[in-house]
Amino acid sequence: MANPGGGAVCNGTLHNHKNPSHGSQSGNGTKNGIMKEAQQNGKPHFYEDLIVESFEEAPLHVLVFTYMGYGIGTLFGYFRDFLRNWGIEKCNAAVEREEQKDFVPLYQDFENFYTRNLYMRIRDNWNRPICSAPGPHFDVVERVSDDYNWTFRFTGRIIKDVINMGSYNFLGLAVKYNESMKTIKDVLETYGSGVASTRHEMGTLDKHKELEDLMAKFLNVEAAMVFGMGFATNSMNIPALVGKGCLILSDELNHTSIVLGARLSGATIRPFKHNNIEDLEKLLREAIIYGQPRTRRAWKKILILVEGIYSMEGSIVNLPQIVALKKKYKAYLYMDEAHSIGALGPTGRGVREFFGMNPDDVDVYMGTFTKSFGSSGGYIAGKKELVDYLRVHSHSAVYATSMSPPIAEQIIRSLKLIMGLDGTTQGLQRIQQLAKNTKYFREKLKELGFIIYGNDKSPVVPVLLYMPSKVAAFARHMLERKIGVVVVGFPATPLAEARARFCISAAHTQEMLDTVLEALDEMGDLLHLKYSRHRKSARPVLNDEMSFELDD
Amino acid sequence: MDFRRVKEYFSWLYYQYQIISCCAVLEPWERSMFNTILLTIFAMVVYTAYVFIPIHIRLAWEFFSKICGYQSTISN
Repeated sequence: MANPGGGAVCNGTLHNHKNPSHGSQSGNGTKNGIMKEAQQNGKPHFYEDLIVESFEEAPLHVLVFTYMGYGIGTLFGYFRDFLRNWGIEKCNAAVEREEQKDFVPLYQDFENFYTRNLYMRIRDNWNRPICSAPGPHFDVVERVSDDYNWTFRFTGRIIKDVINMGSYNFLGLAVKYNESMKTIKDVLETYGSGVASTRHEMGTLDKHKELEDLMAKFLNVEAAMVFGMGFATNSMNIPALVGKGCLILSDELNHTSIVLGARLSGATIRPFKHNNIEDLEKLLREAIIYGQPRTRRAWKKILILVEGIYSMEGSIVNLPQIVALKKKYKAYLYMDEAHSIGALGPTGRGVREFFGMNPDDVDVYMGTFTKSFGSSGGYIAGKKELVDYLRVHSHSAVYATSMSPPIAEQIIRSLKLIMGLDGTTQGLQRIQQLAKNTKYFREKLKELGFIIYGNDKSPVVPVLLYMPSKVAAFARHMLERKIGVVVVGFPATPLAEARARFCISAAHTQEMLDTVLEALDEMGDLLHLKYSRHRKSARPVLNDEMSFELDD
Repeated sequence: MDFRRVKEYFSWLYYQYQIISCCAVLEPWERSMFNTILLTIFAMVVYTAYVFIPIHIRLAWEFFSKICGYQSTISN
């Protein structure tokens, strides 16, 4: 295949870094070094089998029925709204006061219509209160509704030992008090529970410094800074990094915290198609060629916002290609590893280690401690200059309360466990158990015939349900069988693609997974959910071009 | 025994119909209203088919046979 040398781009596709025979290219030494190293290790197609993702499309009749179901729900919604408007039926939702009936209507947009008429009917599947630690088994408080989900009341009973397939408990560290948590008790005794200040005033404890040093060592970067809340880490720090005159290229399926931070910053935002390198490259080229919209000046900064694992799709970011693009076009990369830190990679250090890349490749590492560490809070890590700048200029550092000491101690304890600093191999065992559980669960689900999205190695497994009433029936039946699942519907996912999202944990035993799989099998037959047309193997739908080029 | 299996199959089919058309999440009076409307429409379709299809087929048959008969008389 004829390839012009020296990093040229043909037809908008990046041929540059993937061709191992071009050893004499300038300026991309690291990438070629990695490829050469991989080849010397005898694995020329290094990245290919890491990026096997499938997003199978449903059969046509399923989509037709889904839209038909929503249509019938909408018709009944109009009918009920008519009845409520004319006073034939009592209105339980919010309405304006009598004096305000002539003002601009508050509750007539689609979102309120959807909430009032469609969401309310199946609302009992969300916001279920639990009353124990979110370990592999947990207790759910039983509640019933007498007026079709407008109000709930607790019966006083508790459903015990429900299998937990919904909590983000990837390494199984979110459990009740046990002997290994003794250090947390000591910290609670010494430091108390609250900090009563922000980081700038009197809220920086030596525990925070210890945690930040440990985190920097864990991620193999120069420095790190921790914040009290994961959502606030994204939304308060992106405005500190970019401003007006900068360009943000963010994946279309990014989390709300990233979107909020990007909007707050005042920079120009251009979304690119999910994990689509060609689209990102096209946007980068346009941005560099045409500059800012009216003045045609060069952009002050171009920041690419991606996530490690996307929580609704289960897909893993295509990091090697994005890093190659960013180096070529001189952009910065901000990676949100909320779901992937502690869960991916041979030693749990996240997506960067999963792909075996250099720690300097990503400019800003961001992550949360909620998912794998059993705690709460977020961090930003990277070069020392970056973190020092954020210590002074971040909104979170100036105004938000700093992390509570027992929480910080729990993260320190988990980090020491994962890194093996406490002298045992328990951390590594948990990570390997998680990988094993993920592989087993995904394989079995594919065999059973469900449509599953995402990468084969990601511990977040979305099972597609499509129709709104199947979503409700699924969640209710699973709770009856004492399995707690999280189902997601319209505003968080596209209208026709409602799904149930399973989060695998290292604390799940084989028996628990088998129980869940058996229940899923029965539910699949009862509700007719086994839509997949490829029963035995998952075909890689994305990145076909990449495999073609590596065969070159 | 076979009768019970057939009944179970029909009840599964009815459940599928309820799930697909969102009847499972509607309130009981809405469900009966929806079922009534659907059955009424279905009954009207069946009645129309029973009354009109034989007449239409007979008229169409006569029309086409007249055309073929006309052509054969012309060609003579």
